[in-house]
Amino acid sequence: MTDKDGKDHLLEALHIVKIFGTLRANDDVSLFVRPGEIHALLGENGAGKSTLVKIIYGALQPTSGELRWQGEPVTIGSPAQARKLGIGMVFQHFSLFEALTVAENIALALPGAFDIAALSQRIRTISRDYGLPLEPSATVGDLSVGERQRIEIIRCLLQEPKLLIMDEPTAVLTPQEADQLFLVLERLAKEGCSILYISHRLEEVKRLCQSATILRQGKVVACVDPRKETAASLARLMVGSDIHVVHPKAKPRSGPARLVLDKLSLAQDGPFGVGLRDISLSVAGGEVVAIAGVAGNGQSEFFDAISGEKPLARNEALLIDGKPCGRLSITARRRMGAAFVPEERLGHGAVPAFRLSENVILTRYASDKDLTRSGTIGRDAAANVAERVIKSYDVRKGKPDPEARALSGGNLQKFVVGRELDRNPAVLVVNQPTWGVDAGAAATIRQALIDLARAGSAVLVISQDLDEIFEIADRIAVISRGQLSEAYPASELTREKIGLLMAGEHEMREERHAARA
Amino acid sequence: MQLVLEKRPERSRRMALLSPLLAILLTVITGAVIFALRGIEPLHGLNVYFIEPLTQIWSLEQLVVKATPLVLIGVGLAVCYTANVWNIGAEGQFTFGAILGGMILVLFPAWQSPLTLVMMLLFGILGGMIYGAIPALLKIRFNANEILTSLMLVYVVQFLLDWLVRGPWRDPQGFNFPKTITFEGLQLLPMLSGSIHLGAVFAVLAALVLAFVMGRMLKGFEVRVVGNAPRAARFAGFSRPRTILFCFLLSGGLAGLAGITEVASVVGQLQPQISPGYGFTAIIVAFLGRLNPLGALAAGLMLALSYLGGEAAQVSLGLSDRIAKVFQGILLFYILACDTLILYRFRWLKPQALAATQPAE
Repeated sequence: MTDKDGKDHLLEALHIVKIFGTLRANDDVSLFVRPGEIHALLGENGAGKSTLVKIIYGALQPTSGELRWQGEPVTIGSPAQARKLGIGMVFQHFSLFEALTVAENIALALPGAFDIAALSQRIRTISRDYGLPLEPSATVGDLSVGERQRIEIIRCLLQEPKLLIMDEPTAVLTPQEADQLFLVLERLAKEGCSILYISHRLEEVKRLCQSATILRQGKVVACVDPRKETAASLARLMVGSDIHVVHPKAKPRSGPARLVLDKLSLAQDGPFGVGLRDISLSVAGGEVVAIAGVAGNGQSEFFDAISGEKPLARNEALLIDGKPCGRLSITARRRMGAAFVPEERLGHGAVPAFRLSENVILTRYASDKDLTRSGTIGRDAAANVAERVIKSYDVRKGKPDPEARALSGGNLQKFVVGRELDRNPAVLVVNQPTWGVDAGAAATIRQALIDLARAGSAVLVISQDLDEIFEIADRIAVISRGQLSEAYPASELTREKIGLLMAGEHEMREERHAARA
Repeated sequence: MQLVLEKRPERSRRMALLSPLLAILLTVITGAVIFALRGIEPLHGLNVYFIEPLTQIWSLEQLVVKATPLVLIGVGLAVCYTANVWNIGAEGQFTFGAILGGMILVLFPAWQSPLTLVMMLLFGILGGMIYGAIPALLKIRFNANEILTSLMLVYVVQFLLDWLVRGPWRDPQGFNFPKTITFEGLQLLPMLSGSIHLGAVFAVLAALVLAFVMGRMLKGFEVRVVGNAPRAARFAGFSRPRTILFCFLLSGGLAGLAGITEVASVVGQLQPQISPGYGFTAIIVAFLGRLNPLGALAAGLMLALSYLGGEAAQVSLGLSDRIAKVFQGILLFYILACDTLILYRFRWLKPQALAATQPAE
């Protein structure tokens, strides 16, 4: 291989350093991508993958280091310049206007004047050629997440890129949709387009990619052929040590039902929200029930309805320990022994500008007697709780009682989860418990959730991460377009079955039932 | 070398204290430039404007008298703005408080009893609360922008006062001047020392009580969470509509109290003009005081000085009394600019680091 003279490489990033304040997000990172290969960029959250990719795409400028494109040194000053060179990128979070059509959204991203009719024709051609079914005149707001991703991919393909960057593309897809995507990517690679594939899902990378650059804490730790590695050896490289294995397999104790949803419904909020329809579920003390589903199928509405941020019309639609509470506020539900952890840590689960001790008061002022005394705040008591949570859940921080925003994502997540676990709640509802958290912290949180359940509480976890769900759940239900499937014992479910449920199998069955009745 | 503005990991406590002082310093420097442009020796101008009013007993008393309404209104606005509730109409709540409090005497001109003043003050507070409740309810019910509604209501009530004192409430023995009867005896606030009246005690009390509420009480915590992170407030079970109403009633009530104390002391009657814009200047008081009630106490004195300095500049330097407004405007501008430094800092980017980001020709 002629790695060093660079003639064989489409893209070379040489000794890239990027410094944010005191953090070295990229520390002497080098990356080589050959034409027509699918190259994985592997690493935990915070390892520096996004930073490197943003530099390649021109969204960030490196502090030092050099980029070479087809052997020539280049400076990529902006994403527009990157696109001109032939670099396209599909972001994890799409930037689409929901009220516009597919063709209009694509037209907005293209330079210069455009002709919608001609463009629609080109979109049809590409979507047919690559097996990416998409109707140019459809309104984006009506499309599924998988379809929206196709818009982004086609938007890139229209510019005939030589390098396509995909940022965690399968995070929002069902297993079947992911399989389809892989076929498209393999076909693109065969046609000579290189793909830089960012992920932390090892099985995927093993299956799809010919080479992998692994980052840890801003540095390249290895450059390997993932087909010759095992998932375990890749994980070891990513994390730097063996990951603590969660031990759920102590038998779930089935106690009485502590959280019951009975035909819970919630009207759609705005044109792009998701309404909830007739959701029934019962979670017993001692078990962990997980709600799987692709993002945007009503998970956040489901969480808001159970927490009481959006109170329900019918009081009997929700019972905590047998008492109806559908119309009660979130504070009243907390007083009944329920605790909640939302998906968004900063700004929802915690006030960014407040110290950790103040953030303790945020969710516990009503349920903890010693946190308030006749309208005044017990600051010492709050500081004690914060100290206890920090110790028990190994929250790492720069100074004694920092503001929430000064913590890293994983540490803040440990704090936000720990704050509720510390109350020893009767019912715990968690949305995305380990979103954006490194593997070590994720294992700690998952173990804590299982331990809480085994001690007799009911734990309900909403997650998009199937690995996580299989690791901790006793029973699994799937949410799709605001409807919830039956909850199956985890041992009876396969990934394929879950994939079908994610795609709405149970909805269709119910609709058939309805039609027959 | 290139100067870049860089986000701090946490808010800087040092800059939070330094920012208002820096803003005052920059205002003084700009003031010197303005004096120079007008052909006035800058040091002489600054001396007349900022120093001389602090050298005599009577003018120090005037400082406290002028700071009284500013602080009363400013502490209430500080709570409002902390909650991200933008009451810009304190001047109107001030005026309506004065009208409702003054109404007692227009209706019962001969009532002289210790209760008279108590009733006047209570009605003044009530008036401010009623007038503050209007934009609050419009905001809650129709999501009408409270900045616009509260501001426009100022002009409505000013015309109402104008009509009242020219028409139904005019003093029958007042030679047709547009004013009500003059308040006397027990209808006026007791004096403390020189021209300082009881209102000064109200102002200090209001600042102390609100400092305790905001710093130590759950209610203050609620206000801060609602202003800081609305989504987290809902998660905590705090209601935003309830907070909006609370803030408007509190700041309106305090502005109404300021209104009635002003007419029951300095002014002594209702007339078309009862305030040199205290309700608007108090907005600057709230910001200069870092939205902290105790800070507003100090800031109230600073802005009272800008009024006194304006009067002095008019007399000794022959400048228009608008100069006070100019100084107040410049001060607000610098405060808002300097506040950036609490969350951000300046840093020099070194040339070699910069070179890496330049196009490689």
